[in-house]
Amino acid sequence: MPSTSTIIIGAGQCGLCMSRELASRSIDHIVIDSGEIGQSWRTERWDNLRMLTPNWANLLPGMSHPEPDGFMAPHEFVSQLEHFADSTGADIRTGTRVLRVTRNETLFQVHCDNGVLTARSVVLATGAAARPIVPRLAQHIPEEISQIMPNRYRTSSDVAEGGVLVVGASATGVQLTRELQLAGRQVTLAVGNHVRLPRKYRGRDIEHWLTVTGVLDQMTNEIFDLARAMKLPSPQLMGGRESVDLNALQALGVSVVGRLAAVRDGIALFSGGLAHLAAAADLKMHRLFDLADRWIEENGVSAPPPDRPTAFVLPADPILSLPLNDGRIRSVVWATGFAPDFSILDLPVFDQRGHLRHDGGVCAVPGLYVLGLPFLRRRRSHHISGAAADARDLGSHLASSLKARAAA
Amino acid sequence: MTQVQTRSVDNGVDVGALLEARSALEAAPEAAQFTWRAKCEWIEGVHSRSSVETFYGLGEEQKHTQAFLIDADHPPQFAASDEGVTPVELVLSGLASCLTAGVATVAQNRNIQLHSVNATVEGDMDLAGILGIDSDVRNGFHAIRVNFDIKADATADEIAGLVAQSQKRSAVFDIITNPGSVNVTVS
Repeated sequence: MPSTSTIIIGAGQCGLCMSRELASRSIDHIVIDSGEIGQSWRTERWDNLRMLTPNWANLLPGMSHPEPDGFMAPHEFVSQLEHFADSTGADIRTGTRVLRVTRNETLFQVHCDNGVLTARSVVLATGAAARPIVPRLAQHIPEEISQIMPNRYRTSSDVAEGGVLVVGASATGVQLTRELQLAGRQVTLAVGNHVRLPRKYRGRDIEHWLTVTGVLDQMTNEIFDLARAMKLPSPQLMGGRESVDLNALQALGVSVVGRLAAVRDGIALFSGGLAHLAAAADLKMHRLFDLADRWIEENGVSAPPPDRPTAFVLPADPILSLPLNDGRIRSVVWATGFAPDFSILDLPVFDQRGHLRHDGGVCAVPGLYVLGLPFLRRRRSHHISGAAADARDLGSHLASSLKARAAA
Repeated sequence: MTQVQTRSVDNGVDVGALLEARSALEAAPEAAQFTWRAKCEWIEGVHSRSSVETFYGLGEEQKHTQAFLIDADHPPQFAASDEGVTPVELVLSGLASCLTAGVATVAQNRNIQLHSVNATVEGDMDLAGILGIDSDVRNGFHAIRVNFDIKADATADEIAGLVAQSQKRSAVFDIITNPGSVNVTVS
């Protein structure tokens, strides 16, 4: 007899939404997490972080928030997760680390640090951001410079006085750039491919327009060049009222440079293609505005006139190199993205590059599912608001699969 | 007759063949490894002549349909014979041609009919670099500007999108904007 029907690994928004789905179908299950509920929200976020999207967009099923247009701090979201977990009454085993997942003919064995559990199905809900991605050229950064990973960064005072090179203009990159520049560090921001969005457009939060125009609900088969979309960094937003686009950062005195292309003889070399990337980001932003304008017109909604932000202002004399060996730069922040970690799986489920193979979250091994990855099933899959929809789809698949395998 | 019935647009780019090649090379990454070549012979003074004929790719040696000759020289202002363009102008020409080819290809792929595409490229250089007057001045261009004038059955945003996508996939744009490694040997 298996320990339970389904084991969910990870007690964050995805794992708990799946737990709720399974409970509603009376499927016996256990949720396990190496830490507490919402562990990465507790331990891998910086002190001043607020959610990127307004509270109304981050409500788990059945939950509410007194300030729908505010922006929660991560610890507030953890409280929401705890209430949500209580409401589902799930068997959640925290402080239990999964070491390995194996499978025989019929059952998965989940090897934990305190024993082995068995189940007919396993749901991976450990998230898309298990470890930071650091480019290979990091090995050429001079030793005396400290290298900072965003999931370990807490507050500006942990960063040495002096110059900082932030690599990557993702949501994380631009927010840490702003915070460090305001704290008196001289920040150089290396900008590769990026996504520019304003906090508000025509009086409403940008999340409103992404929602009503249906953009966030696009399914993966409706998205042109999915592979490229999956690689896009998070949009240049921060929770609250502040703007963190490149123009706003330049106004604070940040030096905006091109993509970090190489580190050679202690000198960081930047791409001269910044104008192109910024123009491409502006172009895509305007396409979203066009979509919003059309929606407003078609639906006869009254809204303030279009208030489109100005185009990126290219520095007059773009900086193409920066010495890392003359003491001016003291720290490098790698805001170059995150990757999931499925190394616990001792199963034939990886492609040649070592990526987990799945079709909309359904893995090739029957009974194995994954949640919370970018564009897993829809554009919002890795947003908090995507957890419930994906869990509903995959919970239904999981239930049918359990029935089919029980009958076989 | 166009090859694909559903396409109403013809910019003379066989996008179907390119897309087929793309999927074929995705499956056979070793065939995607290319080596491009040019040979260059000194003629006299600062006049030289390059010939371009062979390249390697798709797993074997390949050839153009003919050998192409390109003369490079410097103008009389440099006390030279002006038998050809300067090498830096060849670089500008290479950038313009690469981006223009990209515009045509992307337009075909996006079903946009082009009527005319004209690119103007300028590169600014301070001769204090190559003449060794000031070691803080670089030898190469300190700024390059490309302007496209495109007539097409498309909106201004769609045309801007063509130009953006062509930069994104341009080899010469990448070669110029990103650092690369060059190894010069003597035989």
